Amino acid sequence: MAQVTLKQVRKTYPNGHQAVHPCSIEIPDGELVVLVGPSGCGKSTLLRMIAGLEDITDGELMIGANVVNDKDPADRNIAMVFQNYALYPHMSVAKNMGYGLKNRGASKTEIDAKVQEAARILNLGEYLERRPSQLSGGQRQRVAMGRAIVRDPELFLFDEPLSNLDAKLRNQMRIEIRALQQRLGVTSVYVTHDQVEAMTMADRIIVLNAGRVEQVGTPTEIYEQPASTFVAGFMGAPPMNLMTAQIAAGRLQLNEETVLPLDPPAIALETVLVGYRPEDVRLGGDGSVVLQVEIVEELGAHRLLHGTLGGQPFSLSVGKDEQAATGPQPITLPRDRVHFFHPERGSRI
Amino acid sequence: MKRAGFTTVWLPVALLLPQLMIIAIFFYWPAAWAVQSSFYLQDPFGFGSTFVGVENYTDLMTNIEYAKVARFTLIYTALVTFFSLALALLLAVKADAVIKGAKSYRTLLMWVYAIAPPVAGFLGLMFFDQRNGPLTEMFQFFGWDFRLGADYNSTATAMVIVAVWKQIPVNFIFFLSGLQSIPKSVREAALIDNRSASGRFWDVTFPLLAPTAFFLLIINITYALFDTFGIIDTLVRSEPGNNPVTLVYKVFVDGFRGNDLGGSSAQSVILMILVLALTVFQFRLIERRIHYT
Ligand SMILES: Nc1ncnc2c1ncn2[C@@H]1O[C@H](COP(=O)(O)OP(=O)(O)O)[C@@H](O)[C@H]1O
Ligand SMILES: [Mg+2]
Repeated sequence: MAQVTLKQVRKTYPNGHQAVHPCSIEIPDGELVVLVGPSGCGKSTLLRMIAGLEDITDGELMIGANVVNDKDPADRNIAMVFQNYALYPHMSVAKNMGYGLKNRGASKTEIDAKVQEAARILNLGEYLERRPSQLSGGQRQRVAMGRAIVRDPELFLFDEPLSNLDAKLRNQMRIEIRALQQRLGVTSVYVTHDQVEAMTMADRIIVLNAGRVEQVGTPTEIYEQPASTFVAGFMGAPPMNLMTAQIAAGRLQLNEETVLPLDPPAIALETVLVGYRPEDVRLGGDGSVVLQVEIVEELGAHRLLHGTLGGQPFSLSVGKDEQAATGPQPITLPRDRVHFFHPERGSRI
Repeated sequence: MKRAGFTTVWLPVALLLPQLMIIAIFFYWPAAWAVQSSFYLQDPFGFGSTFVGVENYTDLMTNIEYAKVARFTLIYTALVTFFSLALALLLAVKADAVIKGAKSYRTLLMWVYAIAPPVAGFLGLMFFDQRNGPLTEMFQFFGWDFRLGADYNSTATAMVIVAVWKQIPVNFIFFLSGLQSIPKSVREAALIDNRSASGRFWDVTFPLLAPTAFFLLIINITYALFDTFGIIDTLVRSEPGNNPVTLVYKVFVDGFRGNDLGGSSAQSVILMILVLALTVFQFRLIERRIHYT
């Protein structure tokens, strides 16, 4: 087990593309940290630098107490689970799992014992002699997990390990991986573009945007206090409503007719971005704020009402027992649930 | 899936006919003719032939000269196959490591592929020229009195070198594309699992190249046995004399120089059987294993 420290680590690819801007991250021992962000934001690059599969252009990477910048991947005591599993097609399941141990000089009995143990944990017992091609996607995923755990590494690295599975299996494996990681207590870095995976699995989330760290925090912190409009929009489905409001004479105005019953933030700005999560807004109210509902989206457990508020798009989520209809609907904007963001920089105010 | 079918048998037959005719005219008919004439003894002046049964074959089996050529062919095939595969694999692995340069590198090596065998032979003649061939000079520098066309071992060496040189590009292209079709992540997984580069090569890369390597093995054996004819003919300047020749070349020499059409036919029938065996072996093995996914 080990903590991982990145000090001003950055990556510029040989073609000049700066995929990761200098970033400093500390991953405490035993935690599962999720790197999340849209495709192309540099998640894999960052993970692969930690694995040693990609050179670190600048900065320092420590696993435990050692600087590992110049160590080979095999010498970093890590295990990685790849998106397409990357199993050795010509080896049996047992050989796949034992290969890393064998190269570290483990005895045959030790390898057998470890492989058996991993197979038991992952329910792979009856497949040990099969080739990867004879397994289903979910089983291959498990073998990839098994290959990672038999080695007792200091650090697990996951690069979108569930994105090739169907939705149902994905939910199941998500829970299994999380449970396994907690039981083994191995520090883990998990890359995903799926904000649900990030929210459900992480001890701590690192949101990346275009090669920069936008925010680091627990899932609750990220959700409740997004540091920027980017985080607010990326985490949460449907995303947070963001409206541009004028600050005039101490009031927040969406347009001539619509004045928000909120105190503007104490900052010298003419406009501000007002954010509300769809589920933080309630239907009904004194009629001072009216949502023009255009579409009602049925989602079973709840409904989404999409429309405009003061001429700007706005969505609202209500429970399945509340009645919902199109047309003008009075709504209530709770004062304690509002988020303000800087209109140009997008940063939280 | 729905299978499209022909409503009559005549259309497919008509479509296949040109191809079947080519095969019949250029393969089955000469083959049948060779089998037939292998049972006859031709008059050396072409005035007729006598049926002699399997005598042409029994003659071959007891012929010391034939045994010697067969033994040489075996060694020659083994050497050419081994070196052209091994060197091409080495080059492909090196090229694959510097993917960037791979394209120009590949094109450069492709050029050799485009050279016709007799031309390769002529280039070999230049390299091994008695007076100022660079390779001759090199061998002589190392104390070997190299004499192409006069000394058995010298000619044999030149034959192997030119044949290997000619075949490397083909093998290289196949090996390189085989290497590049190994998923990047599988190699990266190996990078994490095994710190030794040669260990990774023999445990992961090579087994994944096995289908390519096996296919190339058959191609190369066939090449060394048959397609090196032009190279040999050029190198021995159509004057076998004391020089080593392969079985295919001997068919030509005995048939067209020695006018022993019967014996020559018997030899080609034996070679046909060899090819047949090789093909059966290849299909059997391909069916059985060496493919993953
Ligand atoms: N080998 C490479 N050479 C040049 N650019 C690359 C290379 N690999 C990735 N990139 C670029 O770096 C950026 C980040 O890539 P990546 O880390 O794979 O993103 P993510 O995993 O978040 O989708 C992308 O814009 C991608 O095009
Ligand atoms: Mg990625």
